[in-house]
Amino acid sequence: MTRYLIPLAIFVVLVVFLAIGLGHDPREVPSPLINKPAPAFQLTQLHDPSKTFSAQEMRGKIWLLNVWASWCVSCRDEHPVLLELARSGQLPIYGLNHKDKRDDGLAWLSDFGDPYVLSVADTDGRVSIDYGVYGVPETYLIDRGGVIRFKQIGPVTPKVLQEQILPLAKELSK
Amino acid sequence: MKFFIVSFLTVIVFGHVAAAQEAKPMAEDPELEKRVLALSHELRCLVCQNETLADSRADLAVDLRSEIREQMRAGKSEKEIIAFMTERYGQFVLYRPPVQPTTYLLWFGPFALLLGGLAFLYRTLSRRRELIVNRSLSAEERSRVAELLKSAPEKESA
Repeated sequence: MTRYLIPLAIFVVLVVFLAIGLGHDPREVPSPLINKPAPAFQLTQLHDPSKTFSAQEMRGKIWLLNVWASWCVSCRDEHPVLLELARSGQLPIYGLNHKDKRDDGLAWLSDFGDPYVLSVADTDGRVSIDYGVYGVPETYLIDRGGVIRFKQIGPVTPKVLQEQILPLAKELSK
Repeated sequence: MKFFIVSFLTVIVFGHVAAAQEAKPMAEDPELEKRVLALSHELRCLVCQNETLADSRADLAVDLRSEIREQMRAGKSEKEIIAFMTERYGQFVLYRPPVQPTTYLLWFGPFALLLGGLAFLYRTLSRRRELIVNRSLSAEERSRVAELLKSAPEKESA
């Protein structure tokens, strides 16, 4: 009997492993920056190049840093979710305009709406490299101490927002 | 005809200049460029994950190659640049997985499987050998064989 059961058991284990493997999104590479301090930056603001914004100014606040670009198609998918979040006022969203032309970025915001408290222009993508960005959009939840607590690779969906980002933000605000 | 020659020469001369300008970063410091290329063969492009930074034409790969170039120009060692990359993109950025506790299974798993298979094969084979027993026929069996052979119908010739 066991001589038939052993191959069957091996087969079942193999199927389970393959099923788990298929369920993974290979594009999602876990960020080593989770629970690490958010890299410092100081960049000019998109709307007003004479002003700068730095991550350090956000100390003491829980906030989202959303990496976006006018040329990024998935950013349009995620945009309504961000607009809705901005309207609800639950979390401030700051935009990192990734490798974009200032005019294109501004036009995009006026076309689709601007959920951001402000956006900064990362024209050469250097700050994005510091944040380990490899696919726009990406979103970081940063806590009061300036530590990255969560990273969403790809668009923020209502599900991710409701089930992961907002509960975690609530937890952090305690 | 003269016009043709002039324009032909113009194209040759200026075309050459244009090409030379494009290739400038390579010509500037071939030694550095060689190091950049060598290192970017060791790093993964995260956009097209089965390509190295050296092979990929993705935007990010181009940026990261120039990042490597700049850091090398600033005198950073290969090790420091690899640390810079893993700090930002994780171990996954290394095209050759390092040997460490989390990758032991990856590195030594196949050999463990091979050893396991060999052990299994050895066990099965030696067990089977035990099953084969050389035994001569008893006198009674011998006579029965002879009888059976005799009573067997003659094989018809084909």
